Amino acid sequence: MTILIQQIINGLQLGFVYALIALGYTMVYGIVRLINFAHGDVFMVGAYFGFYAITRLALPFPLALLVAMAGCAVLGVTIERVAYKPLRRAPRIAALITAIGVSLFLEYFCSLRFVFGPDYRSFPRPFAVRNFDLGGVTVSNIQIMVFAVAIALLVLLQLFVQKTKTGMAMRAVSFDKDTARLMGIDVDLIISITFAVGSALAAAGGVLYGIAYPQINPFMGIMPGLKAFVAAVLGGIGIIPGAMIGALIMGLVEVLSAAFVSSTMRDAFAFGILILVLLVKPAGILGSSTQEKV
Amino acid sequence: MSALLEIRDLTKDFGGLRAVAAFHLELRPGELVGLIGPNGAGKTTVFNLITGMISPTVGEIRLAGENLVGYPPHRITHRGIARTFQNIRLFNDLSVLDNVRIAYHPYAGYRLIEGVLRLPRFHRREREIVEQAHELLGIFGLSDRAPELARNLPYGDQRRLEIVRALAARPKLLLLDEPAAGMNAGEIQKLMELIHFIRDRFKLTLLLIEHQMRFVMSICERLAVMDFGEIIAEGTCREIQNDPKVIEAYLGKGVHTGGSGATPAAPPPEGRR
Amino acid sequence: MRLRAGWIALLCAAGLYLIVLITGRTGLLNPYWLQIFQFAGIMTVSGLGLNVIYGYTGQFSLGHAAFYGIGAYTAAFITKSAATGGWMLLPALLAGAVAAGLVAFLIGMPILRLRSDYLGIATLGFGIIVKVLFDNSDAVLPTLGGSRGMTGIPHFTSWTWVFLCVIGAVLLVRNFVYSSHGRACISVREDEIASEAIGINTTQYKTLGFVLGCSLAGLAGGLYAHLYTFLHPMNFDFLKSLDVLLIVVLGGLGSISGTVVAACAWTLLLEGLRVVLPTEILDWRLVIYPLLLIVVMLLRPKGLFGGNEFRFLKPEERR
Repeated sequence: MTILIQQIINGLQLGFVYALIALGYTMVYGIVRLINFAHGDVFMVGAYFGFYAITRLALPFPLALLVAMAGCAVLGVTIERVAYKPLRRAPRIAALITAIGVSLFLEYFCSLRFVFGPDYRSFPRPFAVRNFDLGGVTVSNIQIMVFAVAIALLVLLQLFVQKTKTGMAMRAVSFDKDTARLMGIDVDLIISITFAVGSALAAAGGVLYGIAYPQINPFMGIMPGLKAFVAAVLGGIGIIPGAMIGALIMGLVEVLSAAFVSSTMRDAFAFGILILVLLVKPAGILGSSTQEKV
Repeated sequence: MSALLEIRDLTKDFGGLRAVAAFHLELRPGELVGLIGPNGAGKTTVFNLITGMISPTVGEIRLAGENLVGYPPHRITHRGIARTFQNIRLFNDLSVLDNVRIAYHPYAGYRLIEGVLRLPRFHRREREIVEQAHELLGIFGLSDRAPELARNLPYGDQRRLEIVRALAARPKLLLLDEPAAGMNAGEIQKLMELIHFIRDRFKLTLLLIEHQMRFVMSICERLAVMDFGEIIAEGTCREIQNDPKVIEAYLGKGVHTGGSGATPAAPPPEGRR
Repeated sequence: MRLRAGWIALLCAAGLYLIVLITGRTGLLNPYWLQIFQFAGIMTVSGLGLNVIYGYTGQFSLGHAAFYGIGAYTAAFITKSAATGGWMLLPALLAGAVAAGLVAFLIGMPILRLRSDYLGIATLGFGIIVKVLFDNSDAVLPTLGGSRGMTGIPHFTSWTWVFLCVIGAVLLVRNFVYSSHGRACISVREDEIASEAIGINTTQYKTLGFVLGCSLAGLAGGLYAHLYTFLHPMNFDFLKSLDVLLIVVLGGLGSISGTVVAACAWTLLLEGLRVVLPTEILDWRLVIYPLLLIVVMLLRPKGLFGGNEFRFLKPEERR
């Protein structure tokens, strides 16, 4: 029983990291219907920004986190303006291919020696690891920090999207871009803000990932990015609470299947769950399948 | 003469909303019937039910005695019902000719492997299909436009192309959803002549949804009027024009027309909910 | 006029075939480049398959590499188990194609119901599951090698085999799309509701397009296995599916000519960069490549050929 709880905690930790990435995917998809394949690599860059902020600039962890988030917000907006905006009126697949191009570019550019280099680096821990024993279950202070930071950011996001004018504008644009424009919303600005927020969250995810699973390398974003995207779809693409739920599910399934069934098959389980859910609920858990009006 | 189309007790609920309520209709072969009513009355929903795109909550739809409820749309088309759409649904990136040719597919007459290997039957049938398609297009004056992309046609031609495509499916019953929308008086006149022509030439029965009253009154032999998902009146054009329930549905309570038999004006837009 | 263009194309193809064959045999052509040319042909066949699925039938599949892999492992298993002569390649290739097609049929039944982006995710997920199964394949059939890879596959693929398969695939796809069945698939892409309404069984034709496309991927996989003689599950992960998608979109969805040109250009570009760049900045090869990709997409969002074809591929139409 304690093993189960232990693994559930581990799974939730992973799930929260996925959630921070998944939110960026779901918000961007909701607003421009683009699967931003480069998002996983923004997560990677965020981890490296945090790494350099701590090791080269000797910044304390909270500041390093902010630096990483700010840096990736800028990166995200730059990518959007350069690579995606020109293709807004083109067939959707063109933007998707461009996103793949940006993803590959980030990965290989960052693995050049004079940038980040291709080797694995050890991410520094902001404080010494201490484990707490709660009735047979071990929780580390690292885990607690990951939970705390992730939950805080998620709550902030919800408040931002639901309670601020900008957040309302974001929801309006993702609902109907043209009408939002007619209502006087600066759609281009809102789209950029969406990319910025999503990228900042991914960066936070990257830093937390680096702290929790301390190896980073330029290709670390591929699989988590993929799984986070799947999580967003699982929960209902474009729906923020859905991305959170989907991410937690993905994290739990991955850790639990690795622990109790087979470590090598864990990816198969995660994606198998996805296919099963889609067959039953084709628009995702919280998604509503909109009937096309004839 | 027995009925070609018999609809009984047709009801469709979307969650709590009853879009169609106990709808009934009978069409005899060769009839030209109009289905009219204010916006949101459920007319297109009835079309969607007949063609199998949605399934009824309750009710029967019989074509020549056979109950079509539960069949997938393509099977209903094979049984002899074809339609056009309120918002034109052409294959935009295909040519005019291809749009029509695709409707011939159920009657293609050759197997996949014969097509891939380009056996003689393929060549012969393809030639025949092209000839038949051109003949149909010619009736509607679109034969010259055969190689053009459907998206490049003017609006009126697009509507007519949709009718040609539906005809190519060899229907017994043709459902037209607002065929005259966006047309001027001259085009409407032409359309009326075409509809009469194809009705006789292809032995069709027709059910139209239309809002243009002059067109409806001139061409339809019978009318069924819907409001809030139900049939509120049925009869000849003259009877319908004077029916107080119909007038109320279009113009609201408290309006008197004096019963002169004059053609009522087109219904006001979106007055109802 | 069109007939003449057709004969010219045929002569060029024959010429190309002979040039590569002779220079390859005599050693004038570096065996490394001979292998690259064959790989370009294999990517062409795979790309044509995805073009049928996505370009013509409109089904967004992100799991193409899985079927490529199924074909590769099936064909390799047969030749390794029944070790005889080079002619064994033909039944092996067919078996690979059939195996891929069969799996496509089985998985297609449930998932082709899904709409566009969701179908993409589901096929992507399926691709990953298949890759994981490849990783664990030695638990069931030791010859398959699991995550250590499958070795010792006979080198049966040759320039002649690849060339014939490319020509065959081009003719197959071309004859298919310019037939009534092909048009039925295309109508599903254009407007599924309208297609169903004029009598096309859209489920059937979505499945047809998917099975046909995945079978071509399986064929390509079989050729690949007998070219490089070594299979590793890593060669069939979702990044490889993205490679094929790239090729098909770059060439232009719904264009056979586009896929052929893009597959060859893509293969030759990646290899050409390896030759052209001085060794110090060889790493930049994989940085330049995606940049070029982005530039091409920004300049020609519909792909190099859009929806167009070389004239000699189009059938003669009555005006």
